[in-house]
Amino acid sequence: MSTAAAPVEARVEARAEPHDPLSARLVRLLAKTPVYLLLAFIGLLWLVPTLGLFFTSLLEPSAINTTGWWEVFSSPSIATLDNYREILDNEAITGALWTTLWIALGATFLPIAVAALAAYAFAWLEFPGRDWLFVVVVALLVVPIQMALIPIFSLYNQLGLFDTIPGLVLFHTAFGLPFAIFLLRNFFIGIPRDLLEAARIDGASEFRIFFRVIIPLGLPAIASLAIFQFLWVWNDLLVALTFARDTQPITVAIFSQMRQFSSNIELIAPAAFISLAIPLVVFFAFQRYFVQGLLAGSVK
Amino acid sequence: MTTVEAPRGGPLPADAEPGFFQRYGAAIIFLAPTLVLLGVWIVYPTIRTVIRSFYGRDGSEFVGLDNYETLFTDDTLTTAIRNNFLWLLIVPAFVTAIGLVFAVLLERIRFSVAFKVVVFMPMAISLFAAGVIWRLMYEQDPSRGTINAGIAVVKDAVSPSGALSSAQPSTEALEEQPNGSLVLQKPLVPGDVAQLGLTGIRSSDVPGDAVQAVVPEALSGGITGVVWRDFKPGGGTPGQVEQEELGLPGITVELRSENGGRVADTRTESDGTFAFEDVEAGSYRAAIGASTFSAPYAGVSWLGQSLITPAIMLAYIWVWAGFSMVVIAAGLAAIPRDLLEAARTDGATEWQVFRRVTVPLLAPVLTVVFVTMLIYVLKVFDIVISVAPGSVQDDANVIALAMWRTSFGGVNDFGLGSAIAVFLFLLVIPILVLNIRRFRREA
Repeated sequence: MSTAAAPVEARVEARAEPHDPLSARLVRLLAKTPVYLLLAFIGLLWLVPTLGLFFTSLLEPSAINTTGWWEVFSSPSIATLDNYREILDNEAITGALWTTLWIALGATFLPIAVAALAAYAFAWLEFPGRDWLFVVVVALLVVPIQMALIPIFSLYNQLGLFDTIPGLVLFHTAFGLPFAIFLLRNFFIGIPRDLLEAARIDGASEFRIFFRVIIPLGLPAIASLAIFQFLWVWNDLLVALTFARDTQPITVAIFSQMRQFSSNIELIAPAAFISLAIPLVVFFAFQRYFVQGLLAGSVK
Repeated sequence: MTTVEAPRGGPLPADAEPGFFQRYGAAIIFLAPTLVLLGVWIVYPTIRTVIRSFYGRDGSEFVGLDNYETLFTDDTLTTAIRNNFLWLLIVPAFVTAIGLVFAVLLERIRFSVAFKVVVFMPMAISLFAAGVIWRLMYEQDPSRGTINAGIAVVKDAVSPSGALSSAQPSTEALEEQPNGSLVLQKPLVPGDVAQLGLTGIRSSDVPGDAVQAVVPEALSGGITGVVWRDFKPGGGTPGQVEQEELGLPGITVELRSENGGRVADTRTESDGTFAFEDVEAGSYRAAIGASTFSAPYAGVSWLGQSLITPAIMLAYIWVWAGFSMVVIAAGLAAIPRDLLEAARTDGATEWQVFRRVTVPLLAPVLTVVFVTMLIYVLKVFDIVISVAPGSVQDDANVIALAMWRTSFGGVNDFGLGSAIAVFLFLLVIPILVLNIRRFRREA
């Protein structure tokens, strides 16, 4: 990102050169009108599906099965918040939202804590076979989740972890680790050696160094990672569908209503919109970290 | 870091100073949670799944490669594999190309942030929620499904649907032609009055300005007639204009010569009457054109068997285009401006600059996007299971979905499910090896 940012700024400056006469700039702007129009049109196309879900979720129950969402514009009276009120009174849905939140928070904190410890060891501690072990850990990125579903399903049934929040958190934690360790180790290794050496000479233990030096300096990377992991777990369907029955996160709760899609739209549409509104809030609030994380390593 | 060189291999002497735990204790403690988690949740299950794939449904019987044979012979599963290869062929290329086009367009304008945010937004929401969104978009009924509604608007502008789509002739005096138009059997000469009775019309289809039907006066040197709804509650005689039967206004009536050529046309009044004045002597036929009876647009069945896979692919491309655009735009920003300017100064057209300079310089970034998409597409699951209704999931099937449905979706065959998982694993490995080699080259 840092390599990409510099030329962008340079270009912006070049564009805004002061001796550029206004008329020339106007001509250039006009020449670009088709591009603006095209992009505006594409942007609208990209926005319509999400807006469609939102306006559908506002249709009153009598209209929702017969009316397209665009009719909200011609007859605003068919729009109502009743569906949302209904959803928030529905304990299955609110319970699922809380379950999702606990799973997502747990499965964000735990893997980052565990991965930060391991990443520190891989970056700054000496032990035999270190680099080899690091390659093995990162290589586990290859393993698709599907490879673990069946044995873990049996294991959870024996251990009583099936259909529990800890069961889901632990599963997400393990599968989040290889990428988290990869990212954090690469970040930690860029921390100036002098800082660590100074702390060691002062007699600080490895734990003290970890908490007082590494974690504060590693916060940008940790933030990126936390956003990704949170969204990843919040948005998960596959793992939850396999290991949850009654302790359902929101995706599974909505999914179970989709067998009768048409007759359940007044429930599905607002629930789906709430379930996607939270990631959107996270995305808009932390956009910068999100894009940075994306560019740092796009493989998960 | 260089002060203590760790001895590699061989047992450590028991009296080594500092002791093994003093030396490596921190590393062991730092790594222990990771090793336990990875061991129990990834390494053990992977080995277990491979072994399990050689056993039967309940796991008690060793069946050798039988599960793998089923994988390549069972219709549902071969469909899944075929579909997944279609996904691999089509989707990564499309996502990369669309991202490239967007990124290049964005280069040329200011205020590009809003566009970036809009296109990137679907990346933040779940593929499952995206599936729900597109399930709504693809509803077949044009009054509900956004896409079919859009097509209906275009279609109505080009060829409006008929006013009387459900109408039938009320007697055999009117005959339906193969092209759908209705022709009065009896030849007409000037001075005749034609009666075109229709039935099977829904009350809602009768125009609001319709009034009691009237049989018009004969016109010398002309042909008159009436088009009416030949139906009244409680009976009546077909073929006769009676009380309480409404005229059908606004219907286009054609006057045709005996050989079928159109001579003139006119529209009916609110009482259903029409008149052709100043008709030359001769024999004619009265007819109502096929367009009056053309059925309204019923909508494309996006979620039906034949279109379901392309429909899901489109939804998936909608989600991932933003990722591709953002990564490629970052790559584009890193290209030295002078290179492009130099090419332009040398007289290259914009297309040549794009084709010969931009794309080659972007090749590494394009590869990242393409390969990343290959991996994701291979494991596509959420969006397929959420867009495809249960009845067409066999047609929309992909490998990851087949694995889940075989193992947990009612069939509960863990042996076959494991074999599908192993197959998926084997397909992912070469792509990731490629990716890792690229990483190392760049590092």
